[in-house]
Amino acid sequence: MPPRKPALYQLHSAAGADFTDFGGWEMPVEFDGIREEHTAVRERAGVFDVSHMSEVSVSGPDATALMNRLTTNDVGELDAGDAQYACVLDERGVILDDTVVYCYPDRDGYLFVPNAGHGEQMTDRWRTYAADLGLTVDVENRTDEFGLLALQGPSAVETVDAVATDDLAGVGRFESVRTDVAGVSCLVARTGYTGEDGFEIFFDAADAERLWSAFEGVQPCGLGARDTLRLEAGLLLSGQDFHPEEEPRTPLEAGLEFVVDFSTRFVGRSPLCEQREAGVDERVVGLRVEGRGIARHGYTVCHDGEAVGHVTSGTMSPTFNMPLAIGYVKTPFTDPGTNVDVQVRDRAVDATVVDKRFLESLERGQREAQ
Amino acid sequence: MAFDVPDGLRYAESHEWIERRDDRFRVGITDFAQDELGDIVFVDLPAEGETVTAEAAFGVVESIKAVSDLYTPVTGTVVTTNDRLSSEPELVNEEPFGDGWLVELTSDDDLEHLLGPEGYRAQI
Repeated sequence: MPPRKPALYQLHSAAGADFTDFGGWEMPVEFDGIREEHTAVRERAGVFDVSHMSEVSVSGPDATALMNRLTTNDVGELDAGDAQYACVLDERGVILDDTVVYCYPDRDGYLFVPNAGHGEQMTDRWRTYAADLGLTVDVENRTDEFGLLALQGPSAVETVDAVATDDLAGVGRFESVRTDVAGVSCLVARTGYTGEDGFEIFFDAADAERLWSAFEGVQPCGLGARDTLRLEAGLLLSGQDFHPEEEPRTPLEAGLEFVVDFSTRFVGRSPLCEQREAGVDERVVGLRVEGRGIARHGYTVCHDGEAVGHVTSGTMSPTFNMPLAIGYVKTPFTDPGTNVDVQVRDRAVDATVVDKRFLESLERGQREAQ
Repeated sequence: MAFDVPDGLRYAESHEWIERRDDRFRVGITDFAQDELGDIVFVDLPAEGETVTAEAAFGVVESIKAVSDLYTPVTGTVVTTNDRLSSEPELVNEEPFGDGWLVELTSDDDLEHLLGPEGYRAQI
């Protein structure tokens, strides 16, 4: 199947973007260089077209019951407009995908955002479970209808606020409102995937050009910078840092227990309870690479010459100007400060285990020294 | 996008350039290659005195998004490498045909088998 193109493809192309196939979509990977785009988001603001993300709406009398069955968090805690991060598990407790669930601010029901290419699978899963459980819900894959832009960075909030009808400064983290932005009716949520403040804006895909052009002057950013930004923030990438077949991980192994509410009866709960009792064999860590070389996906992590894990994501950090990585290592080697090495091609490169929320865990002095 | 392809150089299909400079050859990667790689962060080059073989990998250039092998267009011996690249790898992005050069070699090979500027322009 040829990759889908976002509504803004022609505009991105005219702006000189390079493209990549991601989750079945041909998306901009770079406009002006990863480093330049990354720095703009850390220091000012950047705008991302993330229309490749999936959108699924769930409504009807049993919507809450179905969401709580199929996501790990408790949507019962959400008031109108609230958003919540969660995992979707299979029956083994393995993460199929991660998602943000939005409780609609202006109508009943939920909108949740699976990763690129997962919309149909999640829609089928929701409908199958609804039928099996005899629940009355309406589940719709809305991916084709929606465009999605992310405005991220310290000045992103004021940038969006300036072109929105309603005051957005009062919208809290993980809250959303419906308002007009540049004359387009949007669901505006204070969420993101960069470690910075900002908004994600959902709108009718037909209005994509109007909305994009409202942010002219803001640095356009591609998936390359999105990846370096999320990695520095210690945010995992579905399909890469966990994947149901290639990298099967539970939320406990992936350090996502904070989105698991064991008081709900979600699918995958009982194997997860067993693992919680027994403890995990491997766990996600951050790696600060001390030597020359980027620790990339699939590279082996060793301790005293013995393989103890592997890298799932790695890059040269534009903020800290050093290679950083995320990976899984055996539990005895997960303590911050543990010295390991990463096999980079034919060399062993020194690395140190650190909290993967690099933006917080790496010394601020290091950042300022660059 | 129009890429810089200077006259007076010869080009390999693997996107390296080579220039005869008196008794030696200077080798680098092209403007097209640096643009494809994006922000370059490490360059691993052979040691001085090492023998390199035409069309075999002799080093690695690593950008934020990718790792790429470097190929020499000719067989020869490394006379010197561009020391500045260890602390300023971005020179390869900024001046791929200038201060971002990679190695200088001595070689008995001629450059006839390589592309001229016109031929390389047609490839990219």
